[in-house]
Amino acid sequence: MSHQLVANNSSVILSFILVLISLYIGWKEKLGVDKEIVIAVVRAIIQLTIVGYVLKYVFKINNWMLTAAIMLFIIFNAAYNAKQRSNKLPQAMWISLLAIFTGTGVSIFVVILTGSIKFVPMQIVPITGMMAGQSMVAVGLCYRNMNSYFKDRREQVMEKLSLGATPLLASKDIIRDSIKTGIQPTIDSAKTLGLVSLPGMMSGLIFAGVDPVLAIKYQIMVSFMLLSNTSLAAIIACYCAYKKYYNSRDQLITD
Amino acid sequence: MATVLDIRNITYQVEKQTILNDINWQIEEGSLITVTGPSGSGKSTLMRIIANLQPYSSGEIIYQGKSLDEYDPIKYRQQVSYAFQQPDLFGQTVEDNLRFPYMARNQSFDQNRAYDVLQSVDLSKDYLTRSIDNLSGGEKQRVALIRNIIIMPKVLILDEVTTGLDDVTKTAVRNLIKQVNQSGVTVLQVTHDDAEIKNSDMLVTVANEKLTQNKEE
Ligand SMILES: Nc1ncnc2c1ncn2[C@@H]1O[C@H](COP(=O)(O)OP(=O)(O)OP(=O)(O)O)[C@@H](O)[C@H]1O
Ligand SMILES: [Mg+2]
Repeated sequence: MSHQLVANNSSVILSFILVLISLYIGWKEKLGVDKEIVIAVVRAIIQLTIVGYVLKYVFKINNWMLTAAIMLFIIFNAAYNAKQRSNKLPQAMWISLLAIFTGTGVSIFVVILTGSIKFVPMQIVPITGMMAGQSMVAVGLCYRNMNSYFKDRREQVMEKLSLGATPLLASKDIIRDSIKTGIQPTIDSAKTLGLVSLPGMMSGLIFAGVDPVLAIKYQIMVSFMLLSNTSLAAIIACYCAYKKYYNSRDQLITD
Repeated sequence: MATVLDIRNITYQVEKQTILNDINWQIEEGSLITVTGPSGSGKSTLMRIIANLQPYSSGEIIYQGKSLDEYDPIKYRQQVSYAFQQPDLFGQTVEDNLRFPYMARNQSFDQNRAYDVLQSVDLSKDYLTRSIDNLSGGEKQRVALIRNIIIMPKVLILDEVTTGLDDVTKTAVRNLIKQVNQSGVTVLQVTHDDAEIKNSDMLVTVANEKLTQNKEE
């Protein structure tokens, strides 16, 4: 085939010119991001190179225990990143882990049950990455919004408590709004699927020469998975996190 | 008369700053007590501590013979209810606000009771379905207040709830407070209003981290 993918070393190095362009813009506009861009590029190169070789090995030996370990590793990293956005929320690591593990786990479990994908590393590893990545963003958004809602609506929450509400009832609006903002990006991108962007996986399949109709079928499945996955993760994260804003006397904690 | 609340050695400090220092105060059941004192002296802070809405640094609060710590905090707040100095309404309508205390207690909403309490603060029946966005400041203040008494607490704590109201509505609110008190509810009201001070059984002043009691004759 004449349109086989060719990403050889020289084309990778040539594409580095693009990084230089963004560095130049950052420097010219005094964005103060030069250092960050350099770090991002170096990290991307190192991380992806390692991952590439690891995946090559994992795909080759195709052992279910190793596949499961990689899944957990991805989920753990996603939870760690979500935790970083939690403004010192106590036990944020455990909450994130539970939320992302359940969201990712359930959606992958369902598609394995239906036979759409198989428990082989070549399929499981990338799909876990997609799911955990998206729920990581959702959970992080939930944390950030919940924190600002508890700040902005502090008086209102206290009033509800003074009217005899449990912390759950007093936080209900905040929990609901936080969940909503957490899954909104996933809903928005599902709405514009194919119109604004061809999502990563579908682009990848089409890039690799797969029939676009088949690629779309997979993309639809992935979009459904992403919706259920982020909803689950956001719900779990918010219902666990709100409790951390109260002390043992059911009083709102002051910072 | 029996003591409903016994405040013992309550001290509250934030970031090394002492706001309340060793407060002792016995509150008699069924009394109407006025709390006054300069702005920033800690009146609201003390009231919120008594209402179990914020922690204190040391001391003890005894409610009906038992330490506050032994009560379920939610059950306690259903009996000792604090009305805020600058209240916010929530939801969309007045009804949402008046339904809330029922929701908190898993009880069904009593519409006739809602009409009654609205009337007691000079608001007609049709206010129930009004959107909270179309209420005046004084109307909001009154709706917020009746949320605390639509289901009668044992102790009602009012934090400057008449501030900013005109004379007619002030009188309505004062009459309501009197009525609530006469039905047996202990009322603590924070106010700077002379007429309200005159009306009460006891006047206490919070100033310089301390509380002093001056019995009214
Ligand atoms: N969480 C807090 N952190 C720091 N300072 C606080 C905190 N809460 C209250 N204060 C301070 O405690 C003091 C007492 O506040 P409080 O609201 O109780 O006064 P107040 O007597 O009700 O005043 P006003 O008559 O103006 O309502 C104030 O100086 C206030 O700034
Ligand atoms: Mg005050």
